[in-house]
Amino acid sequence: MEGTDQNKIRNFCIIAHIDHGKSTLADRIIEHTGLLTSREMQAQVLDNMDLERERGITIKAQAVRTVYKAKDGEEYILNLIDTPGHVDFNYEVSRSLAACDGAILVVDAAQGVEAQTLANVYLALDHDLDVVPVINKIDLPSAEPERVKEEIEDVIGLEADDAPLISAKTGQNIEDVLEQIVKKIPAPAGDAHAPLQALIFDSVYDSYRGVIVFCRVMEGTIQKGTPILMMATGAKAEVVEVGYFGAGQFIPCGSLSAGMVGYITASLKNVKDTRVGDTVTNAAAPCSEPLPGYKKVNSMVYCGMYPADGAKYPDLRDALEKLQLNDAALQFEAETSAALGFGFRCGFLGLLHLEIIQERLEREYNLDLVTTAPSVIYKVHKTDGEIIDLTNPTNLPDPSEIEYMEEPIVKAEIMVTSEYIGAIMDLCQERRGVYESMEYIEEKRAVLHYRLPLNEIIYDFFDALKSRSRGYASFDYEIDGYERSELVKLDILINKEEVDALSFIIHSATAYERGRKMCEKLKGEIPRQLFEIPIQAAIGSKIIARETVKAMRKDVLAKCYGGDISRKKKLLEKQKEGKKRMRQVGNVEIPQRAFMSVLKLDEN
Amino acid sequence: MGGKRKRRLELYLHIPFCVKKCAYCDFLSAPADEEMRQRYVDALCLEIYGYRRERHHVYKAGDSARLQPRFSFEGTFHDAYEVDSIFLGGGTPSILEGRQIRQIFTALWEAFDISPQAEITIEANPGTVTREKLAAWREVGIGRVSIGLQSASDEELRILGRIHTYGQFEETYRAVREAGFDNVNVDLISAIPGQDVESWRRTLEKVAAFSPEHISAYSLIVEEGTPFYEYFKEAGTCISDAHETVQPVGGDASVMPGGNADKAGGCAGFIMPALPSEEDEREMYHLTGRVLSSYGYHQYEISNYAKEGYACRHNLGYWERREYLGIGLGAASLIGHTRFKNTSDLETYLENMQNARTPLSAENADEVENLTPADEMAEFLFLGLRKTRGISTREFAENFGRDIGEVYEKPLRKLENGGWLKREGDRVLLTERGMDVSNMVFVEFLEPEV
Repeated sequence: MEGTDQNKIRNFCIIAHIDHGKSTLADRIIEHTGLLTSREMQAQVLDNMDLERERGITIKAQAVRTVYKAKDGEEYILNLIDTPGHVDFNYEVSRSLAACDGAILVVDAAQGVEAQTLANVYLALDHDLDVVPVINKIDLPSAEPERVKEEIEDVIGLEADDAPLISAKTGQNIEDVLEQIVKKIPAPAGDAHAPLQALIFDSVYDSYRGVIVFCRVMEGTIQKGTPILMMATGAKAEVVEVGYFGAGQFIPCGSLSAGMVGYITASLKNVKDTRVGDTVTNAAAPCSEPLPGYKKVNSMVYCGMYPADGAKYPDLRDALEKLQLNDAALQFEAETSAALGFGFRCGFLGLLHLEIIQERLEREYNLDLVTTAPSVIYKVHKTDGEIIDLTNPTNLPDPSEIEYMEEPIVKAEIMVTSEYIGAIMDLCQERRGVYESMEYIEEKRAVLHYRLPLNEIIYDFFDALKSRSRGYASFDYEIDGYERSELVKLDILINKEEVDALSFIIHSATAYERGRKMCEKLKGEIPRQLFEIPIQAAIGSKIIARETVKAMRKDVLAKCYGGDISRKKKLLEKQKEGKKRMRQVGNVEIPQRAFMSVLKLDEN
Repeated sequence: MGGKRKRRLELYLHIPFCVKKCAYCDFLSAPADEEMRQRYVDALCLEIYGYRRERHHVYKAGDSARLQPRFSFEGTFHDAYEVDSIFLGGGTPSILEGRQIRQIFTALWEAFDISPQAEITIEANPGTVTREKLAAWREVGIGRVSIGLQSASDEELRILGRIHTYGQFEETYRAVREAGFDNVNVDLISAIPGQDVESWRRTLEKVAAFSPEHISAYSLIVEEGTPFYEYFKEAGTCISDAHETVQPVGGDASVMPGGNADKAGGCAGFIMPALPSEEDEREMYHLTGRVLSSYGYHQYEISNYAKEGYACRHNLGYWERREYLGIGLGAASLIGHTRFKNTSDLETYLENMQNARTPLSAENADEVENLTPADEMAEFLFLGLRKTRGISTREFAENFGRDIGEVYEKPLRKLENGGWLKREGDRVLLTERGMDVSNMVFVEFLEPEV
């Protein structure tokens, strides 16, 4: 990289609504610039994890450097930084954007501008990025590129007249995109001789090399041996290696100077020391102040995670520790539940983050998990003036000690075609949303602005939104502070015993309905046993709903002759195994899946 | 033998042939032609002769890859055991010709020391019994005939996939009596699809009026691998995997899925009625006890009823964990502390017996299982408690050298307090409620504290 002309570097990202073809375009660019032949390419190089490929979303930021020989005859270095694609990871997105000088906006030629498109464009514009629109999927029969161009101009206010019309799938007109990157996105600014200032936009843990820090050098130069300081966390280390990103591999180089994107290794043992958004400087000659925008991300959603087999508790701890090495946003601490035994209370950025961690634990670490209902952080104001951040409903103080409670609220933007406005307003109403405003962005499409309690959207709001709008609504939100709310703790009693893992906090207006549904659902999940089992929902000492699991009437092996006793015994043993997979609460055996089933009450 | 008392042995002989497979049957049985049946009878006799030859150290000691079996006896079976019962089960043993039965018994009498008082039973299905066969049975010493009727309703017989009518049963029954058999069992099945409590009552009363010495009345179990399983699985019926009871389908009739028509008896478009509800099924079960007791039968096991002195000794042997030797395809044995099975593959079986390879050699046996004391304690409980008189705590102590109250302290307390078990003097037995949910009771005894 030595001697690279700063003017021949382009640092950019691709932003898009989910499914509009971001990753496919990234692949095509990599392929077109010859970094990999198409035979070497596995579909979507940048999404490393199976999970990312399956879900079609990017979870961790990735970067890749390619060389493009432009029509002007010059060779340009293109650094593509792939950003996570979900609202849960908004902060990471913003840091990735900060590492770029421009963004390609991919818009689906059939679907047009969506809520996330808007949110991402605004985020990019906030970071002073030059946004280059690209219209993708022109190979689709339903493509209407001219209409979408107009929409981009009308709705977003971006010049779209010369937007490349491409098909990332077939590779059509990819060259046009590359040319526009070179022409429209500015070369990076910065002085290679100034004090070092590098922005961390991600980091990964490697068991041989320790933490590998992904960064964009804004000012100065970094090389092997540079003593570095992370300005926010205060961690110090000496650089062992610097380099840039090949396709799926790290390529060492001599130094990284202003304008360059690359990686640093420095025998750092913990990603907690290398927080996304932090500034790396030279400890011997530090810059005067860190780059703006750093904040420590906080978990928004919590749940209890328990191994289905209690003996796997240490395995679960190991797995969480390993995941945390790569995911500073994942938090966990040990907790115990009378019903579920030893486990962990885990904190996540959002529900998607939760689901991803859960799936990775199950797939990559082969763990069977029982997960309790997700909860947000409630602020409990006690009569003695103390304020508690409540992440586990079980820890709610006695009502007599509570002055009042607050819950987190989000600002939501929902983009929807006009025929579904009514249905979506109903949904928001049901979820305790407060209408703020609505604007038409074109004749048939509107953006609804609502304030919604976070705990109303962490379960299944997105699914409900999709089903009520036949998939036409899109949704984005940001946290907007706390508000006082009439919240109660809903407890479930099985055979008169409270099952802590099933308790949760809920607004008093919806508690009855939810309590009733939970009892109904549990009735279907708890198998008949030797005695009758009442299932009750209660708020404090008041029972608000009840169902009964009738006693088992019959469980007989009628026929037991022919001498094949081993077979009969196997049947009984199987039955016993089934019992072992259940959780014993008092005298009652509750199947693991019962704990999970109450998370999906709205399924019909 | 120097006056040493012989051990007692029960013999089971499996005849894996039938005219046509019933829709609920999961036993090792299939139709076969006369040539195959004869080959099988020849192999069966070779196996029987094999036991005359086998001496002690039956399992070869050097075979380290296998479990070492935990039984041994001096000399041959003939030397060590006296046979107390023989049971020819199937399948449909009555499908065999008289001469084939004679052939089998010639071998049996030669290979085993059969007590003159032995209870010798053959299973027979209406439609397969002739006077010639009956005469042969008498001649070889068979004293007990078990007739598979299942239902007195022709409609229900058709649903079960039986080959006979109720009328044919009456003919068979009379022929059996006329041939001189004074110990007859009739097998019945309750909870047949479409059956209601009244229909079951009619079956019970019709049969009891004939006054057979013994009646077995089983609740239908929908077993995996049977056409019934396919119907009721496809109909969305919940078939619990652990204990194979079937939940009701709410009175809906389920049309047999077309794809399975051939497998299920070749009657495409046939409407399969729903299974009785769990409540009706229990009502039928409780009715059985009441009706049969009014005809002078007493219940001695979950599904078995007999006139005084006619309880089936052979089946009691299983529940009391006496030693038994299973002869024939897939037959199971308990000898000493070892359970094992004969091969279930017909061709392998025929070949093994041609080469004198009985399952007493570990390499020819399937599912060899050496029972630990804990296994035997569990079996003692879950088999013994099937009997209405339950188990004897004294016998438990004699067999295992342990006090049952110590080994099973928790389950006994839990189940007695809950009203599923009760004590009568030395004995522990199921209550009526306990009998309804006996599997759940038995499960509690699988892991003794040894």
